[in-house]
Amino acid sequence: MNALPIVSHRDPDAVIAWRGTRPVRARRFLADVARVAAALPPGGHILNACTDRYRFALGFCAGMVAGKISLLPSTYTPDTLRQLAQFAPDTWVLTDGDDGALPLPSVPFPALAADDAETGDTQAFDVPLIDAGRLVAWVFTSGSTGTPVPHPKTWGRLVDNVRAEAAALGLNAAQPATLVGTVPPQHMYGFESTVLLALQGGAAFDAGRPFYPADIATTLARSPAPAVLVSTPFHLRTLLDEGIALPPAALLLSATAPLPEALAQRAEAAFGSPLLEIYGSTETGQVATRRPARSALWELFPGIELALREGRTWAQGGHIEQPVPLSDVIEQVDARHFLLRGRNADLINIAGKRTSLGWLNQQLLAIPGVRDGGFHLPDAERDAHITRLAAFVVAPGLDARSLRAALRERVDPAFLPRPLIFLDALPRNATGKLPREACEALLAAHAARPREMRG
Amino acid sequence: MTQASASPADTALHREVAELIVAALNLETSADEIEADAPLYGDGLGLDSIDILEVALVVSKRYGFSLRADSEDNLRIFASLRSLCDHIAANRTQ
Repeated sequence: MNALPIVSHRDPDAVIAWRGTRPVRARRFLADVARVAAALPPGGHILNACTDRYRFALGFCAGMVAGKISLLPSTYTPDTLRQLAQFAPDTWVLTDGDDGALPLPSVPFPALAADDAETGDTQAFDVPLIDAGRLVAWVFTSGSTGTPVPHPKTWGRLVDNVRAEAAALGLNAAQPATLVGTVPPQHMYGFESTVLLALQGGAAFDAGRPFYPADIATTLARSPAPAVLVSTPFHLRTLLDEGIALPPAALLLSATAPLPEALAQRAEAAFGSPLLEIYGSTETGQVATRRPARSALWELFPGIELALREGRTWAQGGHIEQPVPLSDVIEQVDARHFLLRGRNADLINIAGKRTSLGWLNQQLLAIPGVRDGGFHLPDAERDAHITRLAAFVVAPGLDARSLRAALRERVDPAFLPRPLIFLDALPRNATGKLPREACEALLAAHAARPREMRG
Repeated sequence: MTQASASPADTALHREVAELIVAALNLETSADEIEADAPLYGDGLGLDSIDILEVALVVSKRYGFSLRADSEDNLRIFASLRSLCDHIAANRTQ
């Protein structure tokens, strides 16, 4: 049997988490895990809804120690939770907040011992071991039919993934990093790159989730070096646009959507640190990394391979539980490297010419002066008319004419947007995507405006 | 329960901030449809955390200060237009 420890820290006094300015050391963490494990409800599944990253980590580890499986849904809508209850009827919600509205039985987070409580320093430092093959979590994607699709995660594969991540990011357990996340621990990216990366990389995570740019700056400033900011393109952009003084960081991490090269360079300059991007998905875990300020090429994680089947690119091997078709158009450069060419779902065909919205968006975002932007294929009547793309753009220093001229240099005339709508901000959703419904609403609003007021 | 009637300055700020929100988010709602005490987040105006960050950015530019949650409830300031305006009035530098 191959069993792996719940934390890789060897020193009982190593810091695992920061709760504000207070460190939580490994010995205390294990004592807290044991306390929470003993207080978990009887069911076999836990929906870990804790917003505090430290309590989330305790809930996950206590669940493993107590032989339970964690559920990580992609949303917490009542509909999703009801579907989860059908998937695993013995599910209990572990929550550190308001639980009144949840359609599942819930248990409040157990009280923890006081910070200065005796943790039994004289006892042996016994880190619980979990069988590598054990199913420890189900993560869910939204699925195309509205029913969440479950994906299994075994402990060994999760550990392999984040140990490879620690190596790819250059984290050194001898100089433990402090991970500050703007992403929630329940999201696969946040789960891997804040909680598991700290637990398995000998590092520490900040228990909060700083929200406003000034909060992020404050949290980073108080975090012991080397500090790592785990974030998204959207959060990085608002952080840079706020124009506040930013503390140094050792490393910036971004995922969820491709980061435009210009934003990557701004971020690297502002923080004086490299910015690495992670490409992955809920199904696969992490697949590749790159440094977008230097190269558009992604490098695969060790052991992971790409294969072309049925016109799609599949990821398999390494820590991937089972082969998964990727939703992106991928151009393989060699066995270990690839380029992203947009999303499959975004493929469009206008007047017989094919491209992807993702590629068009990259062209738009690459124009100097464009802060944010996106193309949209409108829902429209198809009676022999060619549907034109719309584009929404945030570019305070540009006018429509110069922007169109710049686009024309990059994009086939078939794809030039009509209309091109200037906005103060794009209606991106919580994952930074531009939902179709929001585009349609913007188009409708634009059409309703008096013509002389349109951009 | 009674409330002191809003001063003209309050009313002007409410109007201005409502317009900032509508413009920043390109809402189809008009500024005067945003009620002072209705929740901005979730059920009321339906803003989410991404919207809140967008508005926070515009507010910081317009009023010259950065919003902070100090690890408390991120969204307390955005409970309503009134709470946001109170916060702006107390912290603005321009």
